[in-house]
Amino acid sequence: MTPMVDLAFLLVTFFMLTTKFAPEEAVVVDTPSSVSEIKLPDTNIITITVDKEDRVFFGVDGQGTKEALLDKMGTKYGVSFTEEERKTFSLLTNFGVPVNQLKSYLAMEPADRKNVNQPGIPVDSARNELGDWVHQTRLTNPKVVIAIKGDVDVSYPTVKRVMDTLQDRKINRFNLITDMENRPTNL
Amino acid sequence: MAEIQEKADSGKGGKKRAKKMSVHLDMTPMVDLAFLLLTFFMLTTTFSKPQTMEINMPVKPDTEDEQIALKASNAMTIVLGENDRVYYYFGLGDPAENPEVQTTDYSANGIRKVLISPQVRGNEKMTVLVKPMEGSRYKNVVDILDELKITDTNRFAIVEMNDNDKQLIQDITGQ
Repeated sequence: MTPMVDLAFLLVTFFMLTTKFAPEEAVVVDTPSSVSEIKLPDTNIITITVDKEDRVFFGVDGQGTKEALLDKMGTKYGVSFTEEERKTFSLLTNFGVPVNQLKSYLAMEPADRKNVNQPGIPVDSARNELGDWVHQTRLTNPKVVIAIKGDVDVSYPTVKRVMDTLQDRKINRFNLITDMENRPTNL
Repeated sequence: MAEIQEKADSGKGGKKRAKKMSVHLDMTPMVDLAFLLLTFFMLTTTFSKPQTMEINMPVKPDTEDEQIALKASNAMTIVLGENDRVYYYFGLGDPAENPEVQTTDYSANGIRKVLISPQVRGNEKMTVLVKPMEGSRYKNVVDILDELKITDTNRFAIVEMNDNDKQLIQDITGQ
């Protein structure tokens, strides 16, 4: 029995050390599949999630980046955030509320925050907050790469608006997050 | 539980030896726990990092003059329609040329066959213009980019529908 137990503990240790819990996201999206084999880097990414109700969510990694970003956006939109709100914000994976509702969203209890219906970040030409978020993030952390994670059923005009927003900010290279698919061997 | 078994003294020999003790430890609960943890971590772990598809959009030109005109003979247009339909035609969609619009789908025998046909493959300068319609889904765009990648078509661009395209599609769908 001892060798088996040894092996079992070895495996437990291995899985304990390698496992990384998937971060909690505001929405679940079903991404389309592609044969592309490029992997997304682990750090310095902005994830723009578009769910099937055409709502846009913004997320960036790095707690320091997020705190600095919130300050900049607060200054730009004339909203001031308390230390506690900054802390809460730095722990969010992504969010989909306009800046003027962000304060009340951050003040919620974590359980309520999960249940609340987020309207999505405005990307209209009249009020394009997504562009500001991306722009300010790039000023905070110039190394970021941008990834768009769209649901299979998102209508094209929404994705187009997001892409146009990025292009208006002179970002012409970005990533589309997809699932794996086998490359057909015979053509 | 741990228990110590003492060997019964045989009484023979008479030599005073340190009593041999064998410690017997019941490991079953520990093993149970170990396997429970093992199962838990095995099931929760995610090895797959998300795949991505990198796209480079063309830089928006400041003026119209900076754009290079595309010859109609080197152009192919793919229109992504509603309900996962694909329309394609060769040329730039000038109504005077009366391009022949075909309908196909995203399957292996659909648009892929067209993209590997000699008409596309044989022409090095062939540029594929992808025009997603208002009613198309995001999946369609990713699918077509994927097909272009599979067929190794490097010259392509995502562009907006113009009125000629709309007219051509309307003619074929009869709406």
